[in-house]
Amino acid sequence: MFINRRIAALLAVMVTLLPLLAACGGGGGGATPGAAGTKAPGAPGATATAPIVKPTSAAVTPVSTAAVTGTPSVPVTGTQTPAPVATTTAAPGATTTTGPTGMATSTTAPSGTAVSLTNIPTSKNTAPAVPNAAEAKKYSGQTITYYGDSVGPGHDFDMAAAKQFEKQTGIHVKVIPHPKEADQTYAQYLRLFQAKSPDADVLIIDVIWPGSFAPYLEDLKPALGDSAKTMYPNIIKNDTVDGRLVAMPWFADFGLLYYRKDLLQKYGISGPPQTWDQLEQDAKKVMQGERKSNPNFYGFVFQGNAYEGLTCDALEWLASTGGGTFVNQQGKVTINNPQAAQMLKKVQGWVGTIAPRGVTSYTETESMDAFQGGNALFLRNWPYAWGVANAPGSKIKGKVGVAPLPAASGQQHVATVGGQELAVSRYSQHKQAAIEFVKYLTSPQVEAWRAVAGSYAPTIVAVANNPQVQKAMPVLKVQAVRVTRPAGILGKNYNQGSAAIYQGVNQIENGSDPKSVLPQVQQQLQSLLKK
Amino acid sequence: MSGRAWADRILKKPRPRRSGLARRQMLVAWLMLLPTLAVVAVVAAWPLIQVFWMSFTNATLTSLQPPQFVGLQNYERLVRDPVWWTSVVNTIRFTLMTVIIELILGMIIALVINSQFKGRGAMRAAMLVPWAIPTVISAEMWKWMYNDIYGVINDLLVNKFHLLAHNVAFLSIPATSLPAVAAVDVWKTTPFVALLLLAGLQIIPNDIYEAATVDGASWLQRFWYVTVPLLRPAIAVALIFRTLDALRVFDVIYVMFGNQQSTVTMAIYDQNWLVNFSNVGYGSAISVFIFLIIAIFVVIYVTLIGVEVEQ
Amino acid sequence: MSTRTTNVISRALFYLLVLLILAYTVFPFYWALRSSITPDGELFSTPITYWPAHPTLDQYGKIFSNNLFLHALANSAIVAGAVTIISLAIGSLGAYALGRFSFPGRKFTMYIILSMTIFPQIAVLGSLFTMVNAFHLFDTLGALILTYLIFTLPFTVWVLITFFRSMPAELEQAAYVDGATPFQTFYMVLLPLAAPGLVTTGLLAFIAAWNEFLYALSFIQTPERRTITLAIQTLPESASTSAYAVPWGQMMAATIVVTVPLVVLTLIFQRRIIAGLTAGSIKG
Repeated sequence: MFINRRIAALLAVMVTLLPLLAACGGGGGGATPGAAGTKAPGAPGATATAPIVKPTSAAVTPVSTAAVTGTPSVPVTGTQTPAPVATTTAAPGATTTTGPTGMATSTTAPSGTAVSLTNIPTSKNTAPAVPNAAEAKKYSGQTITYYGDSVGPGHDFDMAAAKQFEKQTGIHVKVIPHPKEADQTYAQYLRLFQAKSPDADVLIIDVIWPGSFAPYLEDLKPALGDSAKTMYPNIIKNDTVDGRLVAMPWFADFGLLYYRKDLLQKYGISGPPQTWDQLEQDAKKVMQGERKSNPNFYGFVFQGNAYEGLTCDALEWLASTGGGTFVNQQGKVTINNPQAAQMLKKVQGWVGTIAPRGVTSYTETESMDAFQGGNALFLRNWPYAWGVANAPGSKIKGKVGVAPLPAASGQQHVATVGGQELAVSRYSQHKQAAIEFVKYLTSPQVEAWRAVAGSYAPTIVAVANNPQVQKAMPVLKVQAVRVTRPAGILGKNYNQGSAAIYQGVNQIENGSDPKSVLPQVQQQLQSLLKK
Repeated sequence: MSGRAWADRILKKPRPRRSGLARRQMLVAWLMLLPTLAVVAVVAAWPLIQVFWMSFTNATLTSLQPPQFVGLQNYERLVRDPVWWTSVVNTIRFTLMTVIIELILGMIIALVINSQFKGRGAMRAAMLVPWAIPTVISAEMWKWMYNDIYGVINDLLVNKFHLLAHNVAFLSIPATSLPAVAAVDVWKTTPFVALLLLAGLQIIPNDIYEAATVDGASWLQRFWYVTVPLLRPAIAVALIFRTLDALRVFDVIYVMFGNQQSTVTMAIYDQNWLVNFSNVGYGSAISVFIFLIIAIFVVIYVTLIGVEVEQ
Repeated sequence: MSTRTTNVISRALFYLLVLLILAYTVFPFYWALRSSITPDGELFSTPITYWPAHPTLDQYGKIFSNNLFLHALANSAIVAGAVTIISLAIGSLGAYALGRFSFPGRKFTMYIILSMTIFPQIAVLGSLFTMVNAFHLFDTLGALILTYLIFTLPFTVWVLITFFRSMPAELEQAAYVDGATPFQTFYMVLLPLAAPGLVTTGLLAFIAAWNEFLYALSFIQTPERRTITLAIQTLPESASTSAYAVPWGQMMAATIVVTVPLVVLTLIFQRRIIAGLTAGSIKG
């Protein structure tokens, strides 16, 4: 029957096509841009609240603190060449000292210490008073829409702050938690801007986005320029596009090494690893022992999937081993260098040995779950992981330590900067009220409250250095040089540049030769810089 | 009446009508189509035209400048883009893998629940469950189940059934990643195919089977000479809509692999350019290309199988 | 070997196949169920437990005391219900016209209808967003009802065309002879006969709308107007999880809760899928 023959023929064609395609499948060599990742780790805001408030000095290794203290370090925003990090020079025109966060702080910046930080509320449901209430009252009765945090307890903090602000100023704030996935948030903002929508007044944006969104954002310099001077200059620089301050830094995350104290002790290892080689050795030693009882135990888990998170991890690998920061401050692409190739070759060797084979598709979620389930010795993650690991009911509660990520010997410990900023849309119909709200949220009082009650790393230098804040948020004491992704230099092309980087590194993890991949990434980054 | 006679009768064109009546009928037909066409015009026409137009411009989302006409520039670039072709190959492999298996499996399920047995009502509802779970969530769940350390699939294969010697990172090894995600898609959408085929089975009158049985046809003969031909339109529609969805596959792969190049699909690549890289011009050219590829598939189906009961 | 033994063997193999398919279909659902009653702390521990040592209904308690989630259930029911009814109402009319009449431009019209669903969702999202704003539908359920028709309507029309096509012409002609208008013939004679098709497409359209995520995410702003897929994605973290740690237990509980109405719907309507056409009614 002819119909049946047709169906049979169709199926036959499909089935024969299948192996054909399989033969040429997988194809497409070359590191080529994919896209920004699912969960951009620039957003890793939240940390769980309760457990972190407990004094946990044991968590911070004395060894590592000693290693960095007193070494003058510099904001690493692209100041590096592939030359060792330690040789970087200070930004011209500013004398720098090292703050306890390890991030250089300009001494010429007005210190925020004049602000009294007594009576910092310790509950996420009680926001501090509004210091700018008097000016803000002028706009009483207006309603603003605020696209706020949706990660961790972030939304609770937003609600408390909005309530307090409304109570004291009469400005009504409608809080909308942004979509959970960073990609979706990015897309949604662009759609709102494209539609010139007045439905968003204040927006929380990732530290890597100001370059893309700049045309749609208000210049905050006239109103908030003075308070910007109290914040970390490298983040302010990141948020300044063509001389316009398009966003205010709100909290600054950074990469950390979490480790199992109990297991290091069990195998007679004195402390967390200082170098990547040492991390490998420790991992192998502990794995060998632990695998007798748990065949799925691994040494090290991190974020190896092809997404923004891998760009963050790779930046730390390279910058801590003299491999540079992808692009240097002069705008020269540096990713293709021998140190970088060597380090990435080492990372390739981890996959399937000290790290699970599946790590090349891990994001924060999977790496955290592996560590949380007691199946890993070391974890690279953001500050929030501290709270998760130590939450009530956690299998590894009290067994976890936190330290700076390892570095090659003779190199400095580094940490990729993540975090979120606050911006005001140029299509807002209540710009003044919106700016007053941003002023309140980025005030020292609110930043201190969020640090103490929620472990959001402050962006105001004086707040981060405040002893009370540091006592409540011990990860702030971990010493490492903060390195930033080349978002400022690549501007609106950053997502594409980052995709080139994480696609290339992901291919290397999966077995490609760094020496053949890195030149391609180099070339792609160069072509993006020219645009 | 034999199955063939039935089939022939159903395959016949609608009878031609007299011309006076024909004109009136045509008017009635357009009148009945009016609401559907109105919806098409309102929700679909503008976006479709917009995509076609944008594909010939250099529109971006990160600039306030109005887009400029650039002719075929985006298409010229696309044809030479190796990642695009990787994504095309990946997507077509995924589509063939999933659609063939879904069709076979869906047919089996439809036949099973169409036969008389106890509890088939419950079975029918149980069968629908995978389709009823939102894709984003089921993809997350499967990713978790596939995990090489704490995933239940490895546990089942290694510790319970002893089919594997040690845990396998299904989602990270190129050889297993596409089949692994295809298995999720098959799991999720087979109910859709099965339900469509089941509905199709309902309009095959029982007496055809009875006649065929009397003629001494075996089970297989009845299936091949009665069921399949009469089910042809349902098969065609199921194939068209499944292929259409498979060629546009996005969330299941995006959740499980992010942007990994070994599994990038056309829709994921499109999303990269349209949104993450904010290059609407190039992204729209990709959209138009996807549109054309899907159209080719649809035309092949319609000419080979024919969705309609006419020549 | 006697035919009888072969029969028994093939029957056994058949049931084995059925069993395998059933396991493949149901196992992930069982896993969701198991995860929804497992305390958060036990979720990722190895060796894996197939039934929690300390089962708990906490997650369900949280879901049902979450006002936003209950709002979302209602919103999804409204949207999916409206989309299904509109698709069936106008889709069946269109399908009847395309299936039972021949007129110039008929085929072309079918392809035009199909083409509205051929672009990737993401490709048309930008223009849809602008359109929704222009109609002042942003942040309303109306935006979803309107845009969901993009994927439910072509599907409904195409499936129903095949149903109307496969019906014998005598039915209609008898009605015309009795003096019925085309509309009367449509809803009094053919529509009841197409019941399996209506129910099937209705169910599939309902589920598609119930599960839609991207449009809901883009067009809805106010938390009280969210649909269930959005609500599940934005469930608050429990104490032991935060940030990237997905609130698995609650998510799985919510998934089970939102799947139940669909199963109930299927159970109610499944008789209609089967009983739509009896042999008697079609004998001309």
